[in-house]
Amino acid sequence: MPRETGAKADLTIGFLPLVDSALLILAREHGFADAEGLRLALVKDMSWATVLDRLLYGHTDAAHMVAPLAIATTLGRGRPAQPLSVPFVLGLNGNAITMRPELADQLAPAGGLADPAEAGARLKAIVAAGRKLRFGVVHRYSSHNYMLRYWLAACGVRPDHDVEITTVAPPFCADALEAGEVDAICVGEPWNSVAVERGAGRIVLVTAQIWRRGVEKVLALREKVLDERREETEALVRALVRAARHFVDPDHWDENAALLARPEYVGGDAMLIKRAISDRLLLAQGAEPSPFPDFMFQYREAANFPWVSQAEWLYTQMVRWEPPGFDAGDARRAARVFRPDVYRSALTGTAEPLPGASSKVEGSLAGTTVVGTQQGRMTLESNRFFDGGVFDPANLEGYLASLP
Amino acid sequence: MRIAIVDESASRAAVIGEGLAALDDCELFVVTERRGLVARIAEIDPDIVLMDLGNPSRDVLEEYFAVSRALARPIAMFVDESDDESIAASIDAGVSSYVVDGLAAHRIRPILDLAVRRFNAFARLQTDLAAAQNKLAERESVDKAKRILMQSRGLAEPEAYAELRRTAMNQGKRIADIADAVVTAHSLMGGS
Repeated sequence: MPRETGAKADLTIGFLPLVDSALLILAREHGFADAEGLRLALVKDMSWATVLDRLLYGHTDAAHMVAPLAIATTLGRGRPAQPLSVPFVLGLNGNAITMRPELADQLAPAGGLADPAEAGARLKAIVAAGRKLRFGVVHRYSSHNYMLRYWLAACGVRPDHDVEITTVAPPFCADALEAGEVDAICVGEPWNSVAVERGAGRIVLVTAQIWRRGVEKVLALREKVLDERREETEALVRALVRAARHFVDPDHWDENAALLARPEYVGGDAMLIKRAISDRLLLAQGAEPSPFPDFMFQYREAANFPWVSQAEWLYTQMVRWEPPGFDAGDARRAARVFRPDVYRSALTGTAEPLPGASSKVEGSLAGTTVVGTQQGRMTLESNRFFDGGVFDPANLEGYLASLP
Repeated sequence: MRIAIVDESASRAAVIGEGLAALDDCELFVVTERRGLVARIAEIDPDIVLMDLGNPSRDVLEEYFAVSRALARPIAMFVDESDDESIAASIDAGVSSYVVDGLAAHRIRPILDLAVRRFNAFARLQTDLAAAQNKLAERESVDKAKRILMQSRGLAEPEAYAELRRTAMNQGKRIADIADAVVTAHSLMGGS
């Protein structure tokens, strides 16, 4: 809400230079934050560890964050627990798996993306023949890590046994591929495209092929800060929704790509950034950009709504891959990180669709489905997992038991 | 105690190392190379790792430490909850610290405090250096502008300078800004 005095509230927000930090940048640069009475300062960092440190020690009020890191921090994995809250999802998917060309050529048909099941089967054969492969992901607690592991495991390739998975900082992904430090990376844009441009890699899969509607970056705040600055947080949610609408409008792609390419933001080449935001990636050096609808998914179908079921899915993957195992109390704390109540109260009275439920069965929609919202009905397209898996948040332990 | 300083800026690593060298009973290892970082750290087998917050390899190192928890000498981000203030100070200064589990706080504290002071000292050095460079650049641009005025309008040097100063005063700007404008305009008009 604009304040009576007309004075602006200051919010400082941390981010990493990735294309999916876009909504924060657009909210600031296109005046959406200003219109909500907010003055945004953006702090760019080079590692999630530093983004998180700044958030926890109050250098920033909010942060662009890999969703699982918000949950891990709340649960005290890796450091003493500090509850974080997520009132807004900054986007779904937008990552890809890029491999050294020689490996990619064995998994994917010439000129196109691979089929996830087919590529997985081929990968399994390559690994079974004794080849040691190393995959890079951007962070231990990232959706990249969980999506990659989901795909591998579903194809019968056991992460940590059959293949090694290690952390590589996004700006060095192309280097690591080129030097042979890793055979493949799962990373966000523009870093796949940078590797392709350099001939260091070829894009084999996009994560949207693994889970059509996979949760990616979120807006995270300390729970205490969200409580103390609830009004400003809700104003920020409204500004970000407007930014999201602007981001997906083809009329603005060139302008926004140029804006994001400024050195204080994502930096780099506007042409590469435009490929990501227009869902048209160049898969291999010298090829033509090929369209993959919903490569990034930043707005439609209430994409920014923090579904509790998404937080719960991430929690199941966390306990699937590292100890300690499932704990009902942890599951509740993880679920509580996502705050649909804040999203709803921020947008009540606007035209934005507000889902009636806070949780949904993930992976259940093979075709389109109509769901209820407070304003009427909204059509959701497929949100399937490539292996047909279905995640029912009512039965987390049953889901875990069903996974390979 | 074995202390590893991981910093891609060799000059900052030197400033920090210099400060810590004064400590008794400490062996210092400076790592400025990004490639092979994890292997190098494993080789050094440090008790404490100090790393600048701007280092893109922090996530990589933290991953290694998380995995190394299973090893004989687990290492973790130093987050002593009893002492939030000193952690906040180190974040402010731009340094993160990782410490072998079980190392007594009274042995770590002086090292962290010293590291924070050295990081701050380096930041001050940088600011001073930037100010000095800025001044130098300004002087060069004023000299250039004077030469342009002397050549194009046949002024003597003191007159050229007076002209710049007068214009700056009239426009409420700094002499350096006026000089920049003269230089820019001159090069736009095809001068060199």
